[in-house]
Amino acid sequence: MYDKYLIVGEEFKNIFEGGQVTGFQFGLRLPYYRGVVCSLVGKTELTVDGELVDYDMMYVTIGGKTIKMTELENEPVHKWEFGATGIVKVEKPGGLKAGEHQLSLRQHMKISYVPGGFWGSDAKVLNLAG
Amino acid sequence: MTQKHNIKRGVSLYSFQDEYFHRKMTLEDIIATTQKLDIPGIEIIGDQMIPNYPNISNEFVKQWHGWMDKYERTPVCLDMFLDWNKFKGRVMTEDEKFASVTMDIINANKLGCTVIRVIHDVQPELLEKLEPVARKFNVKLALEIHAPSYYDSPFEQRLVETFRLVQSPYLCFTLDMGVFTKRLPRIVKERFLREGMKKEIVEYLAEAYDTGTLPSSHELGTKEETLPKKIMEMGGREEDIYWAMMGTHGVYANPALLKEYIPYTSHIHGKCYDLLPEYREYSIPYEEIVPILIEGGYTGYIDTEYEGNRWIQDAFDVDSTEQVRRHQMMLKKLLGEA
Repeated sequence: MYDKYLIVGEEFKNIFEGGQVTGFQFGLRLPYYRGVVCSLVGKTELTVDGELVDYDMMYVTIGGKTIKMTELENEPVHKWEFGATGIVKVEKPGGLKAGEHQLSLRQHMKISYVPGGFWGSDAKVLNLAG
Repeated sequence: MTQKHNIKRGVSLYSFQDEYFHRKMTLEDIIATTQKLDIPGIEIIGDQMIPNYPNISNEFVKQWHGWMDKYERTPVCLDMFLDWNKFKGRVMTEDEKFASVTMDIINANKLGCTVIRVIHDVQPELLEKLEPVARKFNVKLALEIHAPSYYDSPFEQRLVETFRLVQSPYLCFTLDMGVFTKRLPRIVKERFLREGMKKEIVEYLAEAYDTGTLPSSHELGTKEETLPKKIMEMGGREEDIYWAMMGTHGVYANPALLKEYIPYTSHIHGKCYDLLPEYREYSIPYEEIVPILIEGGYTGYIDTEYEGNRWIQDAFDVDSTEQVRRHQMMLKKLLGEA
């Protein structure tokens, strides 16, 4: 559910820190009908232009807190509210080139009453301003 | 003329989730809409529309009651979940589960709700332990029966046994009307086609569903293998199996069983997928079920729970308000209010 709304293109851009491009970011919403504590947010499988992004390079800022995505499982209290957009930052020195990029994403949700949880997916072609 | 009864109408705000997700409607907008649609009772999923649930702020509680007064609505039901897998590498202990649902009970009481829709992975033993807490806070724990399960399913029968033993009005069922999905929703068929399923497979699935001949285990956690095989034989793809499983897990259960179990049923989810302009649900024959509820002496709420959104949102704008309006018009008619 909500699959086609997972990637929020308005947030897609390179990140400048200390005069350097340190990576890029995009907005992420969850494929579920309620808010959950972050430990129930499973893996985000992201490919950019066909290339799989290392999950270890991804951070999300949600509800005023920035969490390394591999550490989400250690957050049994902090909420990711229903419909809220998390800002996902991908560490990548130099960022992405200006122009069109194909983002494909699969998002796992660890929901107790669904054995094995479930996945949502979205794919969008987004333009990165120069 | 409709027989005298004491069935009340309500709506689960879940029905408006699409507008809320897109921030087209706030919680207050939605509550105001329920007044415009003349729906007396309100049901809410804490995790969906209450900030930082289950840690509800005093400000929220105050605002909530302010809205209930301003829009003259009655809080009825709070929907809970038991996230027993939220701690890394282990499941919740029984004490943690007890504490989690206790918090929901206290929250329901704060919100003025007298029923909690209990998710179906809460065990009878835990419910039994919680009964004194439920009684103390005057909140009924109503475990949800949801397709493909029904009153006569093994887990529900264990609950019935517990209910008979404990004999408390605070332990009971919520019944989801999706158990009476008599034919495959039209919006499901259309989605199958949009997802690229071959027309012959879609027609087979609809025909088999409608005639009750679809190969299905109808048992939670049991893998169904005949249907995937059939779909592949018909030239289907892997993703067709996924969509077929998602779209056909409904059931048409025997309404005659209702009478026996109405005394254990305190709440009803008026599930709906597709309300026609003439106030009829395309796939759930409310006109057959509501008279049985009246006859059987059901006295709780029927809360509209619109769920067509997820089947159409890939291609269309969702109009939850109109779907809820039609469902309520239908209920009014069937309950003799219009």
